[in-house]
Amino acid sequence: MSTVSTPMASSVPLINKDRVIDWLGIAPFIIFSLLFLIIPTLYLVAGAFLTPEGDFTLKNIGDLFTPSIMSAYWISIRVSVASALGGALIGFFLAWAVVLGGLPASVRSTLLTFSGVASNFAGVPLAFAFLATLGRTGLVTIFLREWFGFNLYGTGFNLLSFFGLTITYMYFQIPLMVLILTPALDGMKKEWREASQILGATNRQYWTMVALPILWPSLLGTTLLLFANAFGAIATAFALTGSSLNIVPILLYAQIRGDVLHNANLGYAIALGMIVITGVSNVLYLMLRMRAERWQK
Amino acid sequence: MKAQRLGAWIAVILGASYFVIPLIGTIEFSLRMRRGEYSLDAYESVFSDIQFRETFGYSMLMALFTIVFGMLLVVPTAYWVRLRLPQMRPVVEFITLLPLVIPAIVIVFGYLRMYNSSSYLPLTGSTTGTNALLVFSYITLSLPYMYRAVDTAMRAIDVRTLTEAAESLGARWTTIMFRCIFPNVMSGVLSGAFITLAIVMGEFTFAALLNRPAFGPYLQLVGANKAYEPSALAVIAFSITWLSMGLLNLVSRFGKARPAKA
Repeated sequence: MSTVSTPMASSVPLINKDRVIDWLGIAPFIIFSLLFLIIPTLYLVAGAFLTPEGDFTLKNIGDLFTPSIMSAYWISIRVSVASALGGALIGFFLAWAVVLGGLPASVRSTLLTFSGVASNFAGVPLAFAFLATLGRTGLVTIFLREWFGFNLYGTGFNLLSFFGLTITYMYFQIPLMVLILTPALDGMKKEWREASQILGATNRQYWTMVALPILWPSLLGTTLLLFANAFGAIATAFALTGSSLNIVPILLYAQIRGDVLHNANLGYAIALGMIVITGVSNVLYLMLRMRAERWQK
Repeated sequence: MKAQRLGAWIAVILGASYFVIPLIGTIEFSLRMRRGEYSLDAYESVFSDIQFRETFGYSMLMALFTIVFGMLLVVPTAYWVRLRLPQMRPVVEFITLLPLVIPAIVIVFGYLRMYNSSSYLPLTGSTTGTNALLVFSYITLSLPYMYRAVDTAMRAIDVRTLTEAAESLGARWTTIMFRCIFPNVMSGVLSGAFITLAIVMGEFTFAALLNRPAFGPYLQLVGANKAYEPSALAVIAFSITWLSMGLLNLVSRFGKARPAKA
């Protein structure tokens, strides 16, 4: 510490100049993020409370509660919740299997590498992959029909639907869960299990009374992160269903392209609604993560 | 214990099939273009499409600009925060996380309203301006990944000692930056660059709404109009992601194997 304080002490008369230089050092970053991240967002937030003439109003927010916009939010929330829960559940079992299941180390590193790739494999190509697999002439659809005489599309299944979008989203949700949860499971100390066994706990008791109470902030927090992740996604849904499935990002896309709602400021209100939903789930995620980290010290 | 291992294997096999079957399905579908036999016709059709080459090249160029300008922004900032402004660290980290919180479509909506041709800074009024805006949007999008990668690499080196050593040898700040700091955090720079490449190549929302001829909107267009080419394109896109992530893994492994000595 002494080496740090000496030059500082010698430059006491220049302290103001130093301060200015200090702040100039991150000025480019601050200006960039203001111009291309923060102000554009605030512009929309402010616009949500203004009339086209520039007067304050709550009408745009009120107009969000019309049936067509509410149904878009509702479908988005349902798809995001379903894919987050499904992704979290399967991802948890996969993370559990490689950390605590006694599998060879190579399985673990393969799965983690693959998860790194698959969690980044989203967007338009992901939609193509699922169309080629579960579409009307997809590999699995044809396989089921020719080998088992099972007509998938006869059961009412449709890839271009709520259920189809959910299983497509899970392709990047599951790997994300694996990536975030594996370190959390690594942090489960062996001693906790041994201590509980010595005290006569069954495997079930260990999980319900020791492991899950420690893990629940990680589990819930990551599920919220997955929810926000799915809520903002648009490219996959757009390529998969066109505009036939009316989720919020697609509604907003249509509004930006052609003002389908005939009120520019209502578009701002829709954007504000999206920010609020993803913002709240991310804040909760961060709070839960802090709680979870108590055990990792 | 045996039942547990069996359960673990079942979980991994089920999970693996969820990942692998769509890939097999895509590859198989992309080979089906010629009736009755497998062929590479779909790939030939894709590669001979002039639009494919143009949009692919355009997105590559955008990715390159994003990486260069993004790193010129991120590395000095991360360096400066570590060296002189540690009290700003939470603020800077919070800002770099915002692009994960605010959906891309919201950000681009803000751009279109703020930088339209009748605004103070009419970036969308010209092609060059719109291209610049697209690069800025991609830098914003990859900010969380670039900053994290660079900051992690910087943690492994002693920024203060390196700086003082360079200063006492008479180095100017450009020399310190480009000949001391950048080479020492190269593993972080490269990891950030590869993940940025993977993100930018397939990006759809920004490019579509800014009306730029990028690879993402091209993919969407082909998907809406053709049958077999989309699968071939998905295979190509997935290979790009694999390649980027593979290189990333390689780089971070080398970065660890060769601990930086200050």
